[in-house]
Amino acid sequence: MKRTFVEKSIAGLAAGMSFAALAEASAREQSGALQRVDPRVKLAGMFALIVGVAASHSLSAIGAVFLLAVTLAIASRVALADLAKWVWMPVLLFSGCIALPAVFLTPGDRIGLATVQGLRTAAFLLLRAETAVSISSLLVLTTRWSNLLKALRVLRLPVVFVVILGMTYRYLFLMLETALAMFESRESRTVGVLDPADRRRLATATVGVLLSKSYQLSSEVHLAMQSRGFRGEVYVLDEFAARAVDWAWLGLFFVVAAAVAWVGR
Amino acid sequence: MHIPDGYLSPSTCATLYAGSAPFWYTALQKMKRRLNTQAVPLLSVFAAFSFVIMMFNLPLPGGTTGHAVGMGIAAIVLGPWGAILAISVALTIQAIFFGDGGITALGANCFNMAIAGSLVAYALYRVIAGSAAMESTRRVVAAAIAGYCAINVSALLAAIEFGIQPMLFHDATGAPLYAPYPLHIAVPAMMIGHLTIAGLAEAIVSGGVVAYLQRAEPVLLKSTAPGASLDGATSRGLKPLWIALAALLVLTPLGILAAGAAWGEWMPEDFSSPQARQQIAAASSNQSPPIKAPEGLKKLASIWTAPMPRYAPPLLKSEKFGYFLSAMAGTGLILVVFLILGKLRT
Repeated sequence: MKRTFVEKSIAGLAAGMSFAALAEASAREQSGALQRVDPRVKLAGMFALIVGVAASHSLSAIGAVFLLAVTLAIASRVALADLAKWVWMPVLLFSGCIALPAVFLTPGDRIGLATVQGLRTAAFLLLRAETAVSISSLLVLTTRWSNLLKALRVLRLPVVFVVILGMTYRYLFLMLETALAMFESRESRTVGVLDPADRRRLATATVGVLLSKSYQLSSEVHLAMQSRGFRGEVYVLDEFAARAVDWAWLGLFFVVAAAVAWVGR
Repeated sequence: MHIPDGYLSPSTCATLYAGSAPFWYTALQKMKRRLNTQAVPLLSVFAAFSFVIMMFNLPLPGGTTGHAVGMGIAAIVLGPWGAILAISVALTIQAIFFGDGGITALGANCFNMAIAGSLVAYALYRVIAGSAAMESTRRVVAAAIAGYCAINVSALLAAIEFGIQPMLFHDATGAPLYAPYPLHIAVPAMMIGHLTIAGLAEAIVSGGVVAYLQRAEPVLLKSTAPGASLDGATSRGLKPLWIALAALLVLTPLGILAAGAAWGEWMPEDFSSPQARQQIAAASSNQSPPIKAPEGLKKLASIWTAPMPRYAPPLLKSEKFGYFLSAMAGTGLILVVFLILGKLRT
């Protein structure tokens, strides 16, 4: 049976929450290799790796970084099946659809219907997209969100932005749950099929209710913050302490990032 | 429209990060000044709201569903600066946490959707809604148009960013290193989906939510409607607009009186017809056109044949009557679209 938009929205919202739950559980896995690395080192190192992959013009160098990401995932006890389900397959489907016509449309030396240049450009697109998203997912799957946020300070982001990101993440789940509950309660009271105009009215009214709930929530949060002494200044505790092994990891990330960019210059 | 990593070159990404930075800075300063201690919780909760909206599947006419970005409704409720920050934060969480949109491409995604989208939506909403009463249908229509245009401007920017990649970045064999399609493929490919499905989703969310808020919580619309009264005392309704539209329709036959084609709207055959050549030269301060139609024009002209070429359907003998009929049909189509949008309000 064709799913209604309510069911599709419920599935989408629930999927977002279950990935977050998976990431949080995986980040707490203390026996994993990357989980023990200083979050600032991981953030800076993995950002460098992604930039290296973006700058490299060599397929084999990018491929090598992809293999490194897979190795790191295994060492960090991240299930490859989870990576495939949440990361590789969606990217393959999306970027694959975009890359496929390029195989035939790119002008160049023909082999059958395809061109050599077309195959190369499609390979670049897919491999770069998969590698970059594998690295960024590894970062999220091996670092608790609260630590990741604090680590963002090493990128010299303004403190207030980091605080907003943290609060957004917290209220995100409340909003997701509220939206889910609204859709589920409507779904449970609906018999038969709504006509298209009613469906649209239902969807926009749901967004509207969510909007006014957001407004009320932000006022309440504001009052709560003020009552605890918030005067507009924000601070983040910085309790990280890099060890020798963290510096070694940082060195590894930077050397690989520089190498992949240099090989494919 | 969330551009993943690997589609844009590092230099394009860096440029767009740099292009976004002054907007982020200004937006943060303005919000802090305006809201003082309220800025942090308000922006956080609205960023969470924007994130959730992006996950909604919206039912569209024709039985399909689509996703909206929510830049229209964010710009209308929060104003342009608040919307820039809230959507940027939502995009950042999507990129870092859910791998939706790349980390190197985050600057580009924020520039296209959060910055350009919010500014376009806000400007259009303010211009079209004018000082209409808070509960007037004009605000619903204004919001729908603002959302529709904003997402299409964002999509066009993304398409241009994609389209310039193969020109600028390719290897020694000529294989493009990043997004593979040149502008003439990237722009139509991107725009077809956005002018139809995504644009409609954005129009429905923006128009529909404004219609809902008019009934349920008009206070939320107040910050971007300074001239509007909440009780509708200043409402002049849509009557003057209808009169202007009727006047324009009556004047349609004026188009028939004009000689030749509009400047720059020539067909490939016009370059070989002596009469048309004379008209082109006369309209171009006596610069005579090239002997043959330009190659690019010839090639592109054959891609799409309109169902009513030159506003004259082939079944009609009289070209003038066809022209008039086309004007009526075009206006009618646009009215039907907005009547449907207006229905959302009730």
